[in-house]
Amino acid sequence: MITLESKAPAGKLQDKWTTHKFNMKLVNPANKRKYDVIVVGTGLAGASASATLAELGYNVKTFCYQDSPRRAHSIAAQGGINAAKNYQNDGDSIFRLFYDTIKGGDYRAREANVYRLAEVANNIIDQCVAQGVPFAREYGGLLDNRSFGGAQVSRTFYARGQTGQQLLLGAYSALNRQIGLGKVKMFPRREMLDLVVVDGQARGIVVRNLITGEIEKYSAHAVVLATGGYGNVYFLSTNAMNSNATAVWRAHKKGALFANPCFTQIHPTCIPVHGEYQSKLTLMSESLRNDGRVWVPKKAGDKRPANQIPEAERDYFLERKYPSFGNLVPRDVASRNAKEQCDAGKGVGDTGLAVYLDFADAIKRLGRKAIDEKYGNLFQMYQMITNEDPYEVPMRIYPAIHYTMGGLWVDYNLMSSIPGLFVLGEANFSDHGANRLGASALMQGLADGYFVIPYTLGNYLASNKFSQVSSDHAAFSDVENGIRGFVERLLSVKGNKTVDEIHRELGKVMWSHVGMARNAEGLKTAITQIGKLREEFWSNVNVTGSAGDLNQTLERAGRVADYLELGELMARDALHRNESCGGHFREEYQTEENEAKRDDENFSYVAAWEFNRVGDWTLHKENLVFENVKPSQRSYK
Amino acid sequence: MSGNLNLTLKIWRQANRTSIGKFETYKVSNISTDASFLEMLDILNEELQRKNQEPVAFDHDCREGICGACGLVINGRPHGPIKGTTTCQLHMRHFKDGDTIVIEPWRAKAFPVIKDLIVDRSAFEKIQQAGGFVSINTGGVPDANAIPISKEIANIAMDAAACIGCGACVAACKNASAMLFVSAKVSHLAHLPQGKVERFERVEAMVKVMDELGFGSCTNTYACEAECPKEISVRHIAKMNREYFAAKLKARNKD
Repeated sequence: MITLESKAPAGKLQDKWTTHKFNMKLVNPANKRKYDVIVVGTGLAGASASATLAELGYNVKTFCYQDSPRRAHSIAAQGGINAAKNYQNDGDSIFRLFYDTIKGGDYRAREANVYRLAEVANNIIDQCVAQGVPFAREYGGLLDNRSFGGAQVSRTFYARGQTGQQLLLGAYSALNRQIGLGKVKMFPRREMLDLVVVDGQARGIVVRNLITGEIEKYSAHAVVLATGGYGNVYFLSTNAMNSNATAVWRAHKKGALFANPCFTQIHPTCIPVHGEYQSKLTLMSESLRNDGRVWVPKKAGDKRPANQIPEAERDYFLERKYPSFGNLVPRDVASRNAKEQCDAGKGVGDTGLAVYLDFADAIKRLGRKAIDEKYGNLFQMYQMITNEDPYEVPMRIYPAIHYTMGGLWVDYNLMSSIPGLFVLGEANFSDHGANRLGASALMQGLADGYFVIPYTLGNYLASNKFSQVSSDHAAFSDVENGIRGFVERLLSVKGNKTVDEIHRELGKVMWSHVGMARNAEGLKTAITQIGKLREEFWSNVNVTGSAGDLNQTLERAGRVADYLELGELMARDALHRNESCGGHFREEYQTEENEAKRDDENFSYVAAWEFNRVGDWTLHKENLVFENVKPSQRSYK
Repeated sequence: MSGNLNLTLKIWRQANRTSIGKFETYKVSNISTDASFLEMLDILNEELQRKNQEPVAFDHDCREGICGACGLVINGRPHGPIKGTTTCQLHMRHFKDGDTIVIEPWRAKAFPVIKDLIVDRSAFEKIQQAGGFVSINTGGVPDANAIPISKEIANIAMDAAACIGCGACVAACKNASAMLFVSAKVSHLAHLPQGKVERFERVEAMVKVMDELGFGSCTNTYACEAECPKEISVRHIAKMNREYFAAKLKARNKD
């Protein structure tokens, strides 16, 4: 029987991390070079972890599937990064950032982790500025801030609409310095296909070289996964095309528990779907809700163009329903409300699946130049995709899958249930509960990589004994053979459907039944349909090309095979959680005002699933204890 | 308004780094003008797979114009006909029914073709690893507001830092020069107080590696700026040249 120990230290919330840092064992500087560490993924979490661990003296091997670490999908984050600097003198504090994050997550995250996140956030801003990240500044030369959803203070630092890009390039520059110094060995165009566990410890990975198709083996004393989320289960999402869940899923099948898989975030402001051929969805940053006003026509079925609908016939539904937070309610609330309006027939555009995000008032108030300075690149991107000018007509937006709060279960040290396997950033479940606030993903990725893992990994290495294990060890060849068999199976089906066709079908099932609103009946349907799709995949998929070559179809096929299993677990988790919280909205559980209705008595826990075989998981629970905040019905009115 | 297009595509196919490539002709029909260029290629690839043929390999990832993975030469122009646009953000409404579209990979000695439309841009990595950073470790840095930086300078640094590392500048240049790419990083850091400390070492190290890797010289045609999807200005090349001369002058004065 697995018992889940959070390992969160005792003591006052404010002292936990400091005390823990003192109590953790250290590896002396001369010994650090005797340890090899594998890092998979080079987004904010992976790049910052690789650089920092190498600076400390560890030998780091870093892997990414892209041709360059700079292309990881953190690069696409637009709006900003939170920190409680209180530069604006508007009442911010570490405790307030902690409180907003816990509340925003609908009380389904671990207090100690979230507090630590808020605590180190200030260091992140300092670090990034020192690296030369060109954050936006005021005329006096000091840093500028803006507001994001779920907060009533301005604590978001930003670099135009390209904050993720600039933060990632900062971490990438630190990583490059270590590659140049020979402390990080960089392996681009490699996809991790399995984890190698020896004597109960994570000791290496097996990857596919995406250029040659060769299966390669790498050993280490510890493995760090920073491979991002699993939003692409839905086919259409704001994730990059190649973002995938394979690394975490294969680790899960090797024994790492998967926590809260049903906690997925639907982002309210994305460019609506426009055709069957659509390959992905594009986000319009939440920062736009600082100045954009969300509305629909008051009358259902009103098909007049936006500018012909008089003010009195518009419903600014977020401002009406949530006067204190207005357009800046958290993402889950904004998304659900948009859906509600569209379901009531008030949606706009050809499909009726969109609401307006209107900048007319802001342009009148601040002038076109000011708006251009703040959001110019976003407006340009919108126009490029839709062929409409948002300076002239309101944007049309609709919610889309954006982020996954769930992920591999980790303790306070960010270690999974497999000793020596650490999980950072979006790939773990730890900090955002059932809903992530805007500008907090960048914060978490960099907190984990720069300021948490360097301490906790050292403690693990100093506290454990390691047998000599190289990639010649029998455990590696066993895993390698398994992978070869898997690849051969994919290539030998030779059926009639393409990988994308099946993936698209899975996406439709997930979006219809495990999307913005869920119910027991729909979830049961989804489980059956996913099972059928999985069978169809393994009997009727056509993967062209060969194993020993650059083969993008084969790459996608392996990922989709995993989504067809993970999708089922998401549905099962959603079915078991008989409550609504954050991004998990069960139609059966809502208040009279259609808000999410939590059930703290029965569901105040992390659901961590143990893999037995496909379609069969065992549930383990980590109870959440709230000593510093009192879970209450979230109110943004 | 949306409509549908029938197109002829001439696409570069090359099995691997060492084999000889050639153009193949394909027809695609009924392409929505709202589709992106890469979605049009997705449609072609789906058709090829249904016919059990190997799809066209091309690099792409975010499809939001920011990761820098995609990059095709479309009718002779890197990232196609629209200014300030990556291939993934180019939409089919900019083409006409009946058009023939020629699609090639980046052509540069320093970017060998790996397969079809995918090239090896690892030379860019080596340049960044030589000096594209501020030499600080994690921790022990001053408060973020300790160094005020004027809005104007921060904006110039940001303009340069917006480079996505796609390589269009190299592909556009008749000499396959990497000056715009390298200068974007040099200029970004040289403008900021944090980067000024090592400005001379940085520019010398980065230029040295750039020269070693087979990129050509800059002859001021400005093709790079014209094709850059992020519209990075050639002023940064001028800035890099000034930095480089200053570094050389300083080195000579030391002797």
